[in-house]
Amino acid sequence: MSKIFDTPLYPYARSADQDAPVPVRHPVVIVGAGPVGLVLAIDLAMHDVPVVVLDDNDKVSFGSRAICFAKRQLEILDRLGVGADLVAKGVTWNRGKVFAGEDQIFDFNLLPEAGHKHPAFINIQQYTVEAELVARLRTLEAAGKPVHIRGNSRVIAVDPQPDHVGVTVDTPEEPYQIAADWLVACDGARSPLRAMMGLDFTGRVFEDNFLIADVRMQADFPTERWFWFDPPFNPGQSALLHKQPDDIWRIDLQLGWDIDKEVEKAPERVIPRLKAMLGPEVAFELEWVSIYTFQCMRMERFRHGRMLFAGDSAHQVSPFGARGANSGIQDADNLAWKLRLVLEGAAPEALIDSYDSERVQAAEENILNSTRATDFITPKSAASRVFRDAVLDLARDHAFARPLVNSGRLSQPTWYDGSGLNGPDDPTLPALTRPGAPAVDAPLPGGWLLDRLGGDFALLAIGRPAPEVVGTRPVEILASPEVQSRYLNTHLSALYLIRPDQHIAARWTDAAPATIAIALDRAKGGLG
Amino acid sequence: MTLTSDPNLADPDATYAALIAAHDGLTEAESAALNARLVLVLMNHIGDATVLRAALEVAHGSGAGASGGDI
Ligand SMILES: Cc1cc2nc3c(=O)[nH]c(=O)nc-3n(C[C@H](O)[C@H](O)[C@H](O)COP(=O)(O)OP(=O)(O)OC[C@H]3O[C@@H](n4cnc5c(N)ncnc54)[C@H](O)[C@@H]3O)c2cc1C
Repeated sequence: MSKIFDTPLYPYARSADQDAPVPVRHPVVIVGAGPVGLVLAIDLAMHDVPVVVLDDNDKVSFGSRAICFAKRQLEILDRLGVGADLVAKGVTWNRGKVFAGEDQIFDFNLLPEAGHKHPAFINIQQYTVEAELVARLRTLEAAGKPVHIRGNSRVIAVDPQPDHVGVTVDTPEEPYQIAADWLVACDGARSPLRAMMGLDFTGRVFEDNFLIADVRMQADFPTERWFWFDPPFNPGQSALLHKQPDDIWRIDLQLGWDIDKEVEKAPERVIPRLKAMLGPEVAFELEWVSIYTFQCMRMERFRHGRMLFAGDSAHQVSPFGARGANSGIQDADNLAWKLRLVLEGAAPEALIDSYDSERVQAAEENILNSTRATDFITPKSAASRVFRDAVLDLARDHAFARPLVNSGRLSQPTWYDGSGLNGPDDPTLPALTRPGAPAVDAPLPGGWLLDRLGGDFALLAIGRPAPEVVGTRPVEILASPEVQSRYLNTHLSALYLIRPDQHIAARWTDAAPATIAIALDRAKGGLG
Repeated sequence: MTLTSDPNLADPDATYAALIAAHDGLTEAESAALNARLVLVLMNHIGDATVLRAALEVAHGSGAGASGGDI
């Protein structure tokens, strides 16, 4: 059977740049067509910013990687025109169960709150997400948007200059050169561009191995995340089961440190392990097996002159919590509008520095969460193991111990508290929607709030008319019960200035247009 | 809230004896597990992060392996 990840989607084709007498200059060049590079390219193209994507192959991600995509990322993808398709194809889940030994110790529901367009999570194969993104990019290209993806085009050298970056691209024919006003390295955890620049990537490697298996089976396990500590079928280790579309199930089995990867990967070794887990009566086929060692690492800074790093090239986390692709998509969401405004001359170059500070903050938070989960799952000292086991023991019968059980804190968007782009706050409005927070969805008559906000600066006026402020789009809504609790508290009306990435920049119960204009300037990296 | 460091037990001998008796007949590993569960139960009961941090400092500051810094 031919799989999507074996199909060339953007085969090499000669570009006019290869025959140009001098290197052609492009406003934005993205290196890497993984989820992060593709999301960034689509966002820029939709806003008419010319963008070239270079990828060293012509296919989607090989084999099985990310499967859990979180609500905020679905909202971002929806804004880019791919969310609805993905949610339709994906497996929606909100519930999880945690087992210790033979027993279930508790279960949880990630989104008990109604009134959001998107579910807490969907499971869908990373290659399906990438295929949808490539299709969307192709549709934009066909509609005349200024975006081009070049397959089998490997970046082999970069030449950073104060106002651009020279790029050497290797192809199945001869190498050629182009130049980029801004070069964005979305070239994955092993980032060749980071290496070319001699930049550090530091953090912790976890001394553990995980067997990742995708199996095809018809099983009536519910659509939930199941996590086991020390199950009978993998004694002393952990295990995770997740449902994916098309009768595919993801199984992660912790293997420990001192193992022979080649031996453990062999089907004669894997199949009995899975039989012990799934029960003798369940028939399954192995779709994919690999063994991973995980690490938490990041670059110190994500901006280096005219070169920017986004996604796994800038930071890497262990997969417990599904914070890899999810945080990379937020990097792209944060960067796209800033690049656009700077290229349009509508914001100072300093706005790009806020990409660095906001997304470094996010990476810190993701690494912290992912490290804590990994330390709970694989205790690093005897004392840590004793406490971990004590927590699991108590969690069976005592609700108080359950919040201490850490099988991964699932991806949440970062609240940019303290960001230099944040303007005035009125603390009598709900903490949930304070400046820096991602706007929270809410049902409106005939639609959803986030759909109304779109991808430009919006001035959300609740229960009142929106004053006219140049550079903002007015969005006037009435206070429903959800809007009341998420945006108003006890107030009758409020004004929210919302950034193109749908994070809240400033808010007031009332403000003069001139005050809002100052906050807008600040949110664009001006002094405000 | 601040950490209580003045004597606070009505019957210190009996309470201490109950703590020791709880470990009767346990192996070293079982004792360690019991202590861990006890710490977690008490930690939750206290709740207040400042008090817990102060308690950790007291526990850490006086005993084998205590880190330096005392005058
Ligand atoms: C087992 C496993 C499970 C995971 N589960 C989850 C999950 O559930 N949820 C989640 O959010 N994340 C998960 N992740 C993490 C997720 O897969 C990554 O975070 C994500 O792929 C990062 O995307 P990216 O676009 O930054 O990089 P990549 O997807 O690695 O893409 C980099 C691209 O750059 C290209 N490239 C590299 N060098 C060059 C060059 N010199 N020139 C041109 N192109 C180049 C590569 O070919 C590739 O296409 C998981 C990862 C693993 C391994």
